[in-house]
Amino acid sequence: MNTLAKSMDDFRELMRRDQVFDIVNRPADNATVDMSHGVALYLESITKSFDGFRALDDLTLYIGDGELRCIIGPNGAGKTTLMDVITGKTRPDAGTAWFGNRINLLRLKEHEVAQRGIGRKFQKPTVYENHSVFENLELAMHANRGVVTSLTWRLNGEQADRIDEVLELIGLTGERDRLAGLLSHGQKQWLEIGSLLMQNPRLLLVDEPVAGMTGQETEATAELLTSLAGKHSVVVVEHDMDFVRSIARQVTVLHQGSVLAEGSMDQVQNNPRVREVYLGEEE
Amino acid sequence: MQSQSALSRLGRLHSGTAWAVLAVLAVVALVVVPVLHTVLPQDSPLYMPGWMVTLAGRFLCLALVALALDLIWGYTGILSLGHGVFFAMGGYVMGAHLTRVAHDDGSVPNFIQWLDYSDWPWYWAGFESFAFTAVMIALVPGVLAFIFGFLAFRSRVRGVYFAIITQALTFGGMHLFYRTETGFGGDTGLTDFDSLLGFDLAQAQLGLFLASAVVLIMAYLLCRWIVTSKLGRVLTAIRDAETRLRFTGYDPLRYKLFVWVVSAVLCGIAGALYVPQTGVINPSEMAPPQSIEMAIWVALGGRGTLAGAILGAGIVNVVKTWATSAYPDLWLYILGGIFIGVTLFLPHGVVGLLRRRKEASQ
Amino acid sequence: MRTTAWTLCRALTVCVLLALPLTAAAMDSADERVQELDENPEAAAERELASVAGRELDAGTAEVLAGLATTDRATLEQAIEQVAALQDPEALPTLFALRDRRLYFTDDQTLIIEDSDDGSLREAVTGRERPDLETSQLSQPRVTNTVRRALRPTIAALQIFSDDDAARRAAADELAENPQPELREAIKRAAEEEDDAATERLLNIALAQLDLDSEDDARRLEAVKLIAEVRANRLRSDLAAMTGRDDDGNYVEPVAEIREAAAAGVRAIDRRAAFASFASNFVYGLSMGSVLLLAAMGLAIVFGLMGVINMAHGELLMIGAYTTYVTQNLFALLAPEWFHYYLVAAVPLAFVVTAVVGILMERGIIRFLYHRPLETLLATWGISLILIQTVRWLFGAQNVAVSSPPWFAGSVQLMQGVSLSTSRVGVILFAVFVVALVWYLMNRTRLGLEVRAVMQNRDMAAVLGVPAKRVDMWTFAVGAGVAGLGGVALSQIVNVGPEMGQNYIVDSFMVVVLGGVGNLLGPVFSALGIGVTTKFLEPAAGAVLATILVFAAIILFIQWRPQGIFALKGRAADD
Repeated sequence: MNTLAKSMDDFRELMRRDQVFDIVNRPADNATVDMSHGVALYLESITKSFDGFRALDDLTLYIGDGELRCIIGPNGAGKTTLMDVITGKTRPDAGTAWFGNRINLLRLKEHEVAQRGIGRKFQKPTVYENHSVFENLELAMHANRGVVTSLTWRLNGEQADRIDEVLELIGLTGERDRLAGLLSHGQKQWLEIGSLLMQNPRLLLVDEPVAGMTGQETEATAELLTSLAGKHSVVVVEHDMDFVRSIARQVTVLHQGSVLAEGSMDQVQNNPRVREVYLGEEE
Repeated sequence: MQSQSALSRLGRLHSGTAWAVLAVLAVVALVVVPVLHTVLPQDSPLYMPGWMVTLAGRFLCLALVALALDLIWGYTGILSLGHGVFFAMGGYVMGAHLTRVAHDDGSVPNFIQWLDYSDWPWYWAGFESFAFTAVMIALVPGVLAFIFGFLAFRSRVRGVYFAIITQALTFGGMHLFYRTETGFGGDTGLTDFDSLLGFDLAQAQLGLFLASAVVLIMAYLLCRWIVTSKLGRVLTAIRDAETRLRFTGYDPLRYKLFVWVVSAVLCGIAGALYVPQTGVINPSEMAPPQSIEMAIWVALGGRGTLAGAILGAGIVNVVKTWATSAYPDLWLYILGGIFIGVTLFLPHGVVGLLRRRKEASQ
Repeated sequence: MRTTAWTLCRALTVCVLLALPLTAAAMDSADERVQELDENPEAAAERELASVAGRELDAGTAEVLAGLATTDRATLEQAIEQVAALQDPEALPTLFALRDRRLYFTDDQTLIIEDSDDGSLREAVTGRERPDLETSQLSQPRVTNTVRRALRPTIAALQIFSDDDAARRAAADELAENPQPELREAIKRAAEEEDDAATERLLNIALAQLDLDSEDDARRLEAVKLIAEVRANRLRSDLAAMTGRDDDGNYVEPVAEIREAAAAGVRAIDRRAAFASFASNFVYGLSMGSVLLLAAMGLAIVFGLMGVINMAHGELLMIGAYTTYVTQNLFALLAPEWFHYYLVAAVPLAFVVTAVVGILMERGIIRFLYHRPLETLLATWGISLILIQTVRWLFGAQNVAVSSPPWFAGSVQLMQGVSLSTSRVGVILFAVFVVALVWYLMNRTRLGLEVRAVMQNRDMAAVLGVPAKRVDMWTFAVGAGVAGLGGVALSQIVNVGPEMGQNYIVDSFMVVVLGGVGNLLGPVFSALGIGVTTKFLEPAAGAVLATILVFAAIILFIQWRPQGIFALKGRAADD
């Protein structure tokens, strides 16, 4: 049944008028994302099991263009798996995932997803420890990713300015030439966010951005993320409820792999089922 | 304009001091050694006999291997325990050429006759031409590395798993070439060479040494160019945080494959230069211990520094040459000790030690 | 409890280190003792038959045998025919002596046999010892190849009435290979009396072979049917010849019914041969797989559970094999009466000795390198070089002789055409034992529980009071000990030398990589799979190419399942 549905999907995909074959019609690296319907991400009926455990269960979720969305949920609710599916790390057993109106995420590998304009920040900050802060940003810069070009590639003035701009934004101008491995935990978080910005993505997926940050840093992060919304769509997965409250306009609650509730923070907080499975434990 | 920017790029490969050091070393190799060998009288204490020139030439080839291995291991974090197979491929291609040249009277070597062939089998075709051989020296290890690397990197085989399957690669290659039916001389391999490019091999020690030196210098500059470019920074990023890099939009497969093939080709060239200087190539070059020993050259000198790789290859091989003749029973203890000592006490190798000394004194 | 174990372990280490040079010194003299103690059982059986001491032949036999006392070839051949017609087993010692050039005669035609054991001279007829004689004074019958050819069936015809099963089977085999028409009645009688199935089959084959040339159609048909029934592969060509035509275009076999029966027989024999070759490939594959499994099992624990790349694994196998060698020699020196059972003692000893070496490695070096797998690889390689050189220094660079006990010699016939040496069967059973042992250790002991806890979540286990570091040490010790058991098995089927371990390192890693980590079934399936695949490829591709093809197949398999056959699935498997 499942296979049948899948092959029907494939067949329909094959018959689409706006597309010839994948091989012929490989979108260029800088293909613009078509968000003319005002939706950045369509996830429909996504299911993914690991050894019989349903990490995602018929999950449907839409993220609007320029929206800032917070996703909360208890451990094992499927938040990380959701991120994995969007970024191509994990292939779902069933369902569809479209980026804008044109890009079928389920056919892309991780680096292709990133090239189409989806940036991801991991829960554990990962930076290139043996590169300087500047080089970290340079590597992340939205540019040609070819091997041979990288052999002769040189930064032009405009790009250097852009890096300085981001350095300023993440407050690491003074650390420009330090090795990233020597930064504090919070600084690494910021550097990773900065790297994300250098990619110039249309959609940012941010996994627990304020873990391990001081109060002040958390506030600054909240401010940064809010300012990004509008230009970019931002999805934030976070445990820190105060932080969520401070930035969220729209909140989605995941539970056992599917959407339990969606709405403003107040609506969600007053939802009895949410209180039962999640917030109830907190308060 | 173009050439000017290329020159300035070349200039930026190194600081002034480093360029000076490099120039001195190049002069030693390209001027001092020939003078010591040819100009000085034979009874002078500084006279360099032919065997010593050949020995030095062989060390330069091994240093090239270390350079190649450092590119893939030190910079990209992919440990290969199978570089012996690329070295041997280059060596066998050169050996095939030398064998054909030695049999230019139309005869075929014994091992071909034993296979009941009256003439050279098809895969020996073309090796009578040096130009063809020169292309194959790069192509054979390159294509082998490309196929193997593509399969391994595509399925994201990493770390120790990769090391193990490269070891299986060279182990399999060794067995393949031990078979007489493979047509490359079985366990004796290829030997009895007489001349290369018209020069008598017995008289060509200095020429081969100089060729090895020039190739090593050029390979060094190529590697330096790679590791100081953005490509080099991507490689180091693959080593340190491959997943992060992938989610930044880079396809690690292509980068790894590129540097893997470059490394294999350099190794093949080293093998091709090595064979005329030893006069033999046989399957034992592909024995797994040989390839593991290559890794310790790099580790001892200092991973992730090109100079370290060359230095390490030099140290280990000089000690080996001395110890295997002076204290043959102790050599394995020394080598084993180097393996253990370096991993436990010298994680950054000799270069790391020197660097730390320098920093401490400042 | 733990402290006791720790002290014990230290004491053992000291003992092993002290004992090594001492035992090494004692080994040379022990090697000679081993050769004496290690006797061939078949030779022993024949010696029993050949012995003349204390036997007195009856007068008739003695008279016929006296004919052998001649230097004339024709007379000798005649005499042998007469002895054959006699059909008296008592004549056997004399015939053996004739065959082995131990038969002499004096000037007065008295037959003298030189004893194969002590070289003493005895009279063939009376068994009396004759210390007064010297071989140099005696004449010898001339034993040419013709004589020997004539002797073989004669000896066989007498031997088929022997009381010894092995002797009877050997005789029947000789007769089936080379039946003599004049022995037909004797063979028939023996076949009727025989109760060993394999021997009876061989005797029937011999009879059928004789009857194939018979003039009597019924007999020929009977013979063809019998050959088809017992599927005698050695007579296939005779049957096939019967179905063909001769140069003049006439059928070789005039009777159509017999021709058809012969054709059917050829088909039956071919079917059996095809099945036997399939079965033997499979059995040899299982045997090779068990060897691989024994070689890889220790690595599966060390690499699979701890993630340690132990390049000195092959040397642990080697140490296990050398422990077997030392045990053998100690038995030869100290307890020769128990010599044949030294292998039983070698198993626990090898486990302990390699486990101690493993503990030294883990405590001394490897524990500093956890989380740096590539460095572990290089360091353990260094250890392996040092171990090789040390063993060379202690026991010499040459291979040492490890004998198989008599109950491990010979072979087991699994079906017609498929037999396996007993040592190989033993290795398969031993592999089962080792897998069971490892399963027991990992699933039914406190250590196993702790190992699994540490493997799944090191920090959590530490919080719950599992001493993670000590568990690392014991896990490594068990892995090394199991490698030692593998070494015991290897010592029985391959040469034992300082470099023997190097041959197994790549294979062992292939088994573990293919099998996947963290599951006992993984290495079992992959080892047996590699073994069986290799053996099925070998007839077509040759041994070397088969190995290379299997390596290529493993690399391709990893494309499809990077985590091996039995991988941990789910998120835990990612990075």
